[in-house]
This record gives sequence, structure tokens and C-alpha cells, in this order.
Amino acid sequence: MSEITKEQIRQPENLVYTKTKLLTDKALSYCPGCGHGTAHRIVMEVIEELNAQSETIGIAPVGCSVLAYEFMNIDMQQAAHGRAPALATAVKRLMPEKLVFTYQGDGDLAAIGTAETIHACNRGENITIIFINNGIYGMTGGQMAPTTLPNMKASTCPYGRDVVTMGNPLKMTELVAQLPGVRYVTRQSVHTPGNVRKTKKAIRKAFDMQKENKGLTFVEIVSNCNSGWKMTPIQSNKWMEENMFPFYPLGDIKVDGQLVK
Amino acid sequence: MKELRLMKGNEAVAEAAIRAGCDGYFGYPITPQSEVMEYLMYQEPHKTTGMVVLQAESEVAAINMVYGGASCGKRVMTSSSSPGISLKQEGISYIAGAELPCLIVNVVRGGPGLGTIQPAQSDYFQSTKGGGHGDYRLLVLAPASVQEMADFAGLGFELAFKYRNPVLILSDGVIGQMMEKVELQPHQPRFTKEEIKANTPWATYGKTDDRGRNIITSLDLDSHKQEKHVTHLAEKYQAMEENEVRYEEFQTEDAEYLIVAYGSSARISQKAVDIARAKGIKVGLLRPITLFPFPKKPLAKLATQVKGILSVEMSLGQMVEDVKLAVECKIKVEHFGRYGGIIPTPDEVVAALEQKIIGG
Amino acid sequence: MAKVKGDIVIDIEKCKGCEVCITACPNDVIAMAKNVNGKGYHYAESINEECIGCANCAIVCPDGVITVYKIKL
Repeated sequence: MSEITKEQIRQPENLVYTKTKLLTDKALSYCPGCGHGTAHRIVMEVIEELNAQSETIGIAPVGCSVLAYEFMNIDMQQAAHGRAPALATAVKRLMPEKLVFTYQGDGDLAAIGTAETIHACNRGENITIIFINNGIYGMTGGQMAPTTLPNMKASTCPYGRDVVTMGNPLKMTELVAQLPGVRYVTRQSVHTPGNVRKTKKAIRKAFDMQKENKGLTFVEIVSNCNSGWKMTPIQSNKWMEENMFPFYPLGDIKVDGQLVK
Repeated sequence: MKELRLMKGNEAVAEAAIRAGCDGYFGYPITPQSEVMEYLMYQEPHKTTGMVVLQAESEVAAINMVYGGASCGKRVMTSSSSPGISLKQEGISYIAGAELPCLIVNVVRGGPGLGTIQPAQSDYFQSTKGGGHGDYRLLVLAPASVQEMADFAGLGFELAFKYRNPVLILSDGVIGQMMEKVELQPHQPRFTKEEIKANTPWATYGKTDDRGRNIITSLDLDSHKQEKHVTHLAEKYQAMEENEVRYEEFQTEDAEYLIVAYGSSARISQKAVDIARAKGIKVGLLRPITLFPFPKKPLAKLATQVKGILSVEMSLGQMVEDVKLAVECKIKVEHFGRYGGIIPTPDEVVAALEQKIIGG
Repeated sequence: MAKVKGDIVIDIEKCKGCEVCITACPNDVIAMAKNVNGKGYHYAESINEECIGCANCAIVCPDGVITVYKIKL
């Protein structure tokens, strides 16, 4: 009994977890330890759980996740920078029976796409927005983002973000939660197993609400950018807990159309 | 049975779009084209054909809604006027790059900048040479009547899907705002799901087990692939030049001089031809209906017959460059235009012909 | 003695050596290999028999390279 071999354990009937088939076999283009990969995976796991591969249209942004369509094994459209909610609006209006989501970074959603985001939210488009907030422009090499924290360093604020001259970080999630068209708003993370499980539940909830035509659902995932922050992945996750979470606190912000707290 | 109506150009293109089986219109108000969306909203086609009509938060959003809808294999369109069309250029470039069919209507007003709300033809370069970034062309139809505003909606969709390319109806404030008698085409049904699957197998309508995932993108980080893609686009534009050139000739049989004009300038020039002929000047008119592809061959042929060409445009002179290229500068080509929202009179056109071509 | 026994299989060629799985593992089963994979990353590997198949490592792995098995004893 004590001598169970690895081969005996590694049997299909004993499988606990493996990468979903809704992710392609292509190696992810993200930096080691980047939360994008985890976020991609749980979105795809939820779609798999919902058996909705043939019913889902995803919209990729411009930014690090511009190539999301290389990894997500569903029909996808790649939008111009910031415009994903406009594409999603049309897709959902023209095919209301489909599950439609955008996957956007903070530069895409909270800077160049502010108008498209706010207005899609305000119209209560029946779509889901997955918002990855790592407080920096990763793909272009670590420039200041609309979400960069006060005094946080980036390549275009090398001495730290001076809020007097560079403005304050924009809390888009709290902002869109104010809009009547928005049904569900939550802020989560994917840096620990517990947080991944919570975030996956949140995404499931968002998609379920979309299926029930409840209005716009918005899931922010506060994530790391170890390359941009110039830290190891483990350091970046710790730094995120200590610096990002106090400013961007995790938890539900709006549930069933009601603001929490 | 013929269905005749008295309509504005802007209303005609809207009504014709509904009848052409359009699935979605996404727009933003701007003078002098606001009647397009107003008409659609008043008609409520979602109750009859199921067509979606949505007022977007900006021209930028509207064209990107078109991108999203076109990606699903749907017949989608937008309309605007010059400053709004400038805002749409980013989206148009993406749409051309991703090879999506769609219809765009530009009811041109004077520019640059906010310019004026009066008619002009100063967006010719923007329309025919690409407009946004990158190597691409739109197929450009230039209506000269309210009837053509209606006819080009259906034709525009047909060509857009034939070539997987955006089609632009380049109208102007005159054609958009004036009322004329229009014969409307019967209703054509919207595409069914089965038709979309069969006719646009590249569209994103949900990945099924019988095919790989469909991806709509204009991005290719592999430059070799990108070059191949642009070469493919070039072949498409070449095919348009071979198959889709449309134009109209008026009194060219015995012409010694030629006016080239499109859209409302062509209507004015047609009257100018009559006035000139009454004065004994043998002048004809060539009206390009497609501005891209441009009627190069018929112009080159007429260049062996006439002594000089006057390009009449409500601009500083934009199409005149294409006329010169078409005739390879073998004969005299001059431009006459009013601009900034001023419409030339037929007498001014005749005077310009006499001064710049005959007397010059 | 543990009532379950688990095991993990790591796609070492796709592992980027970020170490997030190491901090997630409750039983210190994972460590970075001294060797590197084809891309030059030190990859994660299982170093003992303490795995309980909780899948925490796989759940936080950004690259989805870990497959988890579990057997009840």
C-alpha cells in the first residue's frame, strides 16, 4: 500500500486538474509570472464549464493581451486600442444569443478607451468586461498608465507619478459601478490559489448574469507586471498586495445592481 | 411594381439600406448627414426587418461597432460627414486591414477643420487614397442624384462582400440634402445564419467543432506574412480596377474638349456642357461613378480625341491629379473649383473652360 | 499517514520558472531545477513524495503547465 508508483497515480481517472482545452497549445507570450496567463485560463475554464465555446465571441484589446486570440480557442476579434467595448456592443446587439466579452488592460480601458468603456457601461450593454489592471503599460515597455499609483515609478514617470502634474490614478471600476446600466462590478486578483478560485467564481457569475440579460458585468483583476515593475514575479505579487490592494481594494463593488457598502 | 417616393438623399440611402437587408447601422450626428440616422430611428426597422440602429457616443465608437458587426458577417454601415469621417479613419484602416465588408457614407462638407456645413468635395484624396494609415483602398462610389444614393446602398453592400472590403459612398451636402423622386428597390431579406456560415465562413459567429476558431485581426507581427497580406490586398484592388470601373459619358462623341466631374459637380457641369454647346463649343462630360477604381482607360481614350480637359470639383483640385495621371499629361488638364462650401454655377464652369482650356 | 496521495506532471518546456507554484504549494513539493529548458528557464520540478494533489500549484500557474493527479488511499 505504501509503495504506490507515480504511474499508478498518473491515470486519467485520478486527474484533478489539467489545462482546459479551450486554451490552445501555443506557449503564452507573457512574461514569467504574469497574471494574464491565469486570467486567460480561468475565463476559458468558465466558458468550458458553460459549454459555451460555440456561443462565445471574445474581443482582444491592444496591449500585452493583443494576442489573446492566439491562446483562447474561441472565435475572436482584435480591436483597435480602447475600442473593444464598441465592437462588443455591435456583436451582442447583432447576435443577442451569444456570450460576448472584452478582455482589456488598464491603458486600453482606462485611458484611450475611456469613452467606449463608459458609454457601453452606461447603455447597459449585455456584455462582460474583463479588466486587467497592473498599473502600467506593459507591452510598450513600462510607461505610466492611467492606473499607475501616486509616486510609483514608470518609464515616463521615472521619478514617480507626481499627481500634481500627471494627474491621479483613475478608478474606472468604482466609476462604472455608479452607472445604472451596470449590473455587477467586482475587483479580484489571480496571484494566489484562493484568489484565483474567487475570481473564477466572479467571472462565472458575470457570464451567468449576461446569459440572463441582466446588463453589463465588469470584473477587474488587479494583476502584476513584474517586468514593468522591475521585480521578480514573487516580489511583484508581494508588492501588489502591499501597494496596489490598499488603493484598489479587492471585493464586490456592485451586486445585482446595488452598490455594496 | 415601381415604388416611387420624393425623398432627401440622406433619407434615400437610409431607406435603401433597410431594403438591402442591412443588419446594423451605427452613427453619430453631424450636419449635413444627420437625417440618415434620424430617418432610421423614425422607421424603427428593428420592428420590421430586425435591423439594429444605434446612436454611438462618437464617430470613433460608431466605426468600431461597424468593425464588430462586420466581423460577424453582418451587413453593417455607418454614415457621417467630413470631420466625422476623419475620426473614423482609424477604424476604416483596421476594417480594410482585417478585410471586412461594410458600407460607409460620407456626406461631404467644406473643410479643413470644422470648416463649414455647406457642400464640398474636398475629401477626394482621403476617400480614394486610403485615408487612414497603411496600404489600402476603399471602393468609392460617387452618387450624383438621390436615386443613386438609394441605388448605391445595395450596390455598396454587394461590392463590399464581393471583395471583403469597405465601400464608401462619397456624397456631398447637395446630394444628401436635396429632394428628388426615387424609385425604391423591393425588400431583400437579411442574411440568415445559414447564409452567413456559407457565404462568410471567416466570420466570428461562434466556434463549432467542425472548424477551427475564426479570428478577425489586422495584426501580423511576422513582417513576411504582413507583406504577403498587403500583396493580397493589392491584388484585390487590381481586380477592382479590372472589374468595377463605372462611369458615364455625356455628349463626348464629337467633343473637342472634356469636362470631368463627379457627384453634384457633374450635374452642374452637365448644364455647363449644354450652355457651352449653345455657344458652339464642342464639349463633353465624363462622370466617374467609381472614384476608386478611377476610370483611367476611358479617360486615356478620350485624351486622344479632345484638346484639353477641365476637372471640375468643389475643392482646391484633388481629382485633377488622377485625371492627369490617367491621360499621362499628354494633353492639357486644368482644374476649376469653388470650395469652402461654395457651389459653382454652370456659367462659371463655362467661363473656366473658355479661359483655362480653350483660350489658355 | 496521509489519506490521499497526489502527483504533478510539469510541461517543462513551457514552464517559465516564475516560481509562483512554489509559494502556492502547502507541502514544499516543488523547487526549481538546476537544469534549464529549451528557452533557458530553470523549470519547476517535483522534489519529494509529499504531494496531496490539492492543485494549488496548477491553479496559480500562469502558463498552465501543471497537470495534477490524486488517488485516495
